Amino acid sequence: MSKFMLIMRATDEAVAAYKQVPFEEVIERMGRYNEALMKAGVMVGGDGLAEEPGLVVDFSQEQPLVTEGPYGETKELFSGFWVLEVPTIEEAAEWGKRCPLGPGAKLEIRRITDETDFPAGNEWIEKEEGWRQEQADRAAR
Amino acid sequence: MTPGSDTDEVAARGAEESARRAVAAVWRIEAARITATLTRVVGDFALAEDLAQDALGEALATWPTKGVPRNPAAWLTAVAKRRAIDQWRRDVRHRDRLSELAFGIDQGSPTDAPWDPDTIDDDVLRLVFIACHPVLGAEAQVALTLRVVAGLTTEEIAAAFLAPVATVQQRIVRAKKRIADAGVAFETPPREELPERMRGVLATIYLLFTEGHSASHGSTWMRTDLAAEAVRLGRVLVALAPDHAEAHALLALMELTAARFPARTDAGGEPVLLEDQDRRRWDRDAIRRGRAALARAVELGGGLGNYGLQAAIAECHAVAASVATTDWARITALYDGLVELTGSPVVELNRVVALAHGEGPGAGLEALDALLGRGALAGHHLPHAVRGELLTRLGHSDEARAEFELAAAGTNNDDERRVLARKLAALPPRQRGPGTKN
Repeated sequence: MSKFMLIMRATDEAVAAYKQVPFEEVIERMGRYNEALMKAGVMVGGDGLAEEPGLVVDFSQEQPLVTEGPYGETKELFSGFWVLEVPTIEEAAEWGKRCPLGPGAKLEIRRITDETDFPAGNEWIEKEEGWRQEQADRAAR
Repeated sequence: MTPGSDTDEVAARGAEESARRAVAAVWRIEAARITATLTRVVGDFALAEDLAQDALGEALATWPTKGVPRNPAAWLTAVAKRRAIDQWRRDVRHRDRLSELAFGIDQGSPTDAPWDPDTIDDDVLRLVFIACHPVLGAEAQVALTLRVVAGLTTEEIAAAFLAPVATVQQRIVRAKKRIADAGVAFETPPREELPERMRGVLATIYLLFTEGHSASHGSTWMRTDLAAEAVRLGRVLVALAPDHAEAHALLALMELTAARFPARTDAGGEPVLLEDQDRRRWDRDAIRRGRAALARAVELGGGLGNYGLQAAIAECHAVAASVATTDWARITALYDGLVELTGSPVVELNRVVALAHGEGPGAGLEALDALLGRGALAGHHLPHAVRGELLTRLGHSDEARAEFELAAAGTNNDDERRVLARKLAALPPRQRGPGTKN
């Protein structure tokens, strides 16, 4: 099994189209989708991103520059993600196809790296694992 | 194929493989619901399973060229139902069922489910109870569960168990015949049988999990996949039976155990004991999920059972930063509960290990010798390994060596033998002659 992230991106068009649908209906459709993922035992994480404009740190100048959006040239807003644990990327894609999204929206599917993607014994990777553990332990308390 | 078209051939094979994986992906998602729906409609599990497999075969034959249909579940169900109708048209006895079956065979809109959303979960649970039915042996239960509930192909099941495809095929055919011969109904077991039948389902899933993580045979990646399959089934089961505390407890135990998998072998593939594991490599997300499942099991009440107690022990390890800071008193108490519940001397041996960590090797040795004094675990190699470990820690190297040697002679497991060899090698050189003994 691997973990895959389904990254939801929406254009202005998709966001506008979605606003035509009553909010309750949107919540219900997404709720049903999430329920299906839970019942199939594949969902291990996910979150949505708030709609209000965020900030962008741009490294193309000598000094990093902080601006409010826009979000690069794609005009595709990263609006949320799911993490699924499934054996193949094809199954992640099959789940992706069932997501209740409309025209203008896209789901990008990427495998999440695990310990086998990095060289064993690297000092910084081990440090990072240590930080992750500390964070998780704090969160658990 | 003309000569010189090797690359085309490779590309075609690549596309075919990718199409096959797409079919397999749909199947994994839909197999249980399709088989459950067909069982309800045709009233015969073995037939329903045949029809479902036929539909899968047809998908494998046509989707790679025609593409995956917009509503694959409806497509597969419709194909299976048509096959049933074709068979039954030839047989007058089934005329009554024909109209029922013909009803609603269309592929609907891309999102319409070909089953009743209000009953499908119950139907899938009934399917789980059939696959894990007590008329079947453990191997058959596991194979059938993987095939009809998890949606694995016979080839995948065979690969996971390192068994020939024909053997697994045979096993499944026989299991289906057994179910048919025993007249097993497609139903949720009656209330008085439910706890026992649920125990059977949990045992099947746990067997699959332990088959996946025990070191009895198979290469590591395959076993890990099998264990992951069991965890997935465990998650499915808690969704189907959300009020069943032991289902949550089993899921907790599997998540918390699987969380340690990334640390259980070193870079060279050698097994690493719990006390030596690099805990930074434990999967913190899996630990979080496992603890949540355990908390749910506790909330549901009724006290922790076998899986719950084991999960609680696994949780003690999961939250401890090291062996030294582990709450061994709590683990020992949890083992007390398990000993009472199971009466198993092997569990009692584990309790001894926990006690020795908490109260020292002397206390452990005393408890172990009391256990052995009762004649428990005679002829078993594990007590020798534990005794050797305790004697090592007490500084009695020669006695420890003898125990490790007895343990190594008694095990058939290569991983265990390697661990014992390491322990032997770590002992100080043998003391010789009466003058050196103190």
